[in-house]
Amino acid sequence: MAKAAEFIEEKLPDGGTVLRVSGPMVIASVNGLDIKLRSFDDAINEIDLSAVTRMDTVGAWIIHRTAKHHDASIIGATDHAKRLIDAVGDTDEDAPLRIRRPSSLVRFLTEVGDGIIVAGLTLLNFLGFVGQVVKAAFMLMLNPKRFRIHAVVQHFDMVGVRALGIVGLMSFLIGVVIAQQGAVQLRQFGAEVFTVNLIGRLTLRELGILMTAIMVAGRSGSAFAAQIGTMKITEEIDAMRTIGVVPVEALVIPRVIAAIIMMPLLGMYASMLSLIGGGLLCWIVLDIPPTTFIQRLREVTPVTDLYIGLIKAPVFGAIIAMAGCFQGMQVEGNSEQVGLKTTAAVVQAIFLVIVLDAFFAVFFSNIGWD
Amino acid sequence: MADTIISVRGLTNCFGDQMIHEDLDLDVKRGEILGVVGGSGTGKSVLMRSIIGLQLPQAGEIRVFDEGMIGKEEDEATDVRRRWGVLFQGGALFSTLTVAENVQVPLREFYPEFSRDMIDEIARYKIHLSGLPADAAYKYPSELSGGMKKRAGLARALAMDPELLFLDEPTAGLDPIGAANFDNLTRELKETLGLTVFLITHDLDTLYAICDRVAVLADRKVIAVGPIDDLLATDHPWIKEYFSGPRGRTAKRGHAKPKDTAPKSGVDKQMIAGA
Repeated sequence: MAKAAEFIEEKLPDGGTVLRVSGPMVIASVNGLDIKLRSFDDAINEIDLSAVTRMDTVGAWIIHRTAKHHDASIIGATDHAKRLIDAVGDTDEDAPLRIRRPSSLVRFLTEVGDGIIVAGLTLLNFLGFVGQVVKAAFMLMLNPKRFRIHAVVQHFDMVGVRALGIVGLMSFLIGVVIAQQGAVQLRQFGAEVFTVNLIGRLTLRELGILMTAIMVAGRSGSAFAAQIGTMKITEEIDAMRTIGVVPVEALVIPRVIAAIIMMPLLGMYASMLSLIGGGLLCWIVLDIPPTTFIQRLREVTPVTDLYIGLIKAPVFGAIIAMAGCFQGMQVEGNSEQVGLKTTAAVVQAIFLVIVLDAFFAVFFSNIGWD
Repeated sequence: MADTIISVRGLTNCFGDQMIHEDLDLDVKRGEILGVVGGSGTGKSVLMRSIIGLQLPQAGEIRVFDEGMIGKEEDEATDVRRRWGVLFQGGALFSTLTVAENVQVPLREFYPEFSRDMIDEIARYKIHLSGLPADAAYKYPSELSGGMKKRAGLARALAMDPELLFLDEPTAGLDPIGAANFDNLTRELKETLGLTVFLITHDLDTLYAICDRVAVLADRKVIAVGPIDDLLATDHPWIKEYFSGPRGRTAKRGHAKPKDTAPKSGVDKQMIAGA
């Protein structure tokens, strides 16, 4: 770095003080000078710039500030320096750069209050949104020509077909894990053979559908929110409205239908792969051959377990799709919102799925399907 | 050469099989405002991105402040980077920071030794220099209008007292009053701070109002560089159409000074011929 800017203090014969600044007064070389001048308390009458080699706005600012605080006059400035000092000079020095933040207690209370209000409003808006979806569904039934079959098929592909790989792999591994853990634990009681019960009932009744729902929420619920949110920002949804297309009908209904239809299929597929994974492990670790495994499965797993899974799946699908579309529609303003709402969509969808799952578990047990 | 700040030689840029630039040459001289014009898709922004090192060209040489810029990483050539400022088209402000914090980012990065007070004072006067009201300092980019975002972006570009300023369509999306104000601001800052400005624009008013020279991009090259009056004299069809179309004529009339009566009458003749 070039040499630093410096200053010397000089007493004039008539009693005044002059500050003689020298060297380059530019951003890279003024820091030392700035620190010294800040703590310089003596009176200054004049600031002499005639030995300054170069100046930029940072240098000009330091000169201006020092001159102002000490009520000094500036001498020996070049035209360029004068111009820079004038340009920075009419800045309001006391203008606040940050808003004063309230105390942490107030902030905490504000956030809790805001959170409660937002939660209440979100619930209200979500109910309104479900109402809109139901209304749009009825309108479509009255007017089936407006139904967008192409969009639905496209979402079948996105929600269902493209998820096959990952959902399959995940379910297979879950089947393996259940079987392995079951075998290890039950062996302590000499009851390894009940591993089959564990796999069959857990998979068909709970885990197959639940894990699929979580995967679909992460894959498709988030995608729905991001797609619709982006369309909201680029004013595509406003454009639809002005043309006379109902956004709920064009965007939400196809996604909800696709999710409702795809969830049971994906859930069944996931359950099958879990059973295969579990069966494979039973064969290898417990020496239960596949034929015995299947036979035992049919004995211990009531068909109602399958019904339970198939009843839950479309409900979960609807919840996931509606949460995704709802959050997408809530996007206002900037692109940061898309990220926030996408996260909210996934969190909300998974939360609602698990709450409903608990409700279903109690319900089905109480009606005797256990 | 000390007086050439940017020198581009033999620049070639391709995207797939689409050739954007082929053997393009351009010089930017110290202390000038160079306007870069060209139809949509002629690679004005790509040219700027190549110069500031965001786009790796297929071939050619780019020197800024006499230092080769091709293939330099973000943390290389910092001596050059602290001497330029860039205003992107949408302002490209960091959305999680306030305007003042945005301006402070380059300062904190390059001059961590500055005291907090100094950084605050610099941010305050830069915001003032960019023509923003004082209360814009603590606002977030999402709370600003389009014109204010550009000014805030300019304040950040000026944070380090650069010698060279890149402006990508600074007046796009501004109302005519805002655009004229921004032009004046650019001119004033250039004169006060002694800037060299590389300015991409579609705005004919900007070209007439503030540019010392204009470079025209067409046919994958810079087909002409010079003051507007010189460009008007060339007979490349695109240049003729650009400057002598209805908008070009209006912009010229708006900026015609009493002293250049001769070209003005020339335009009148063209208008008659065109009618």
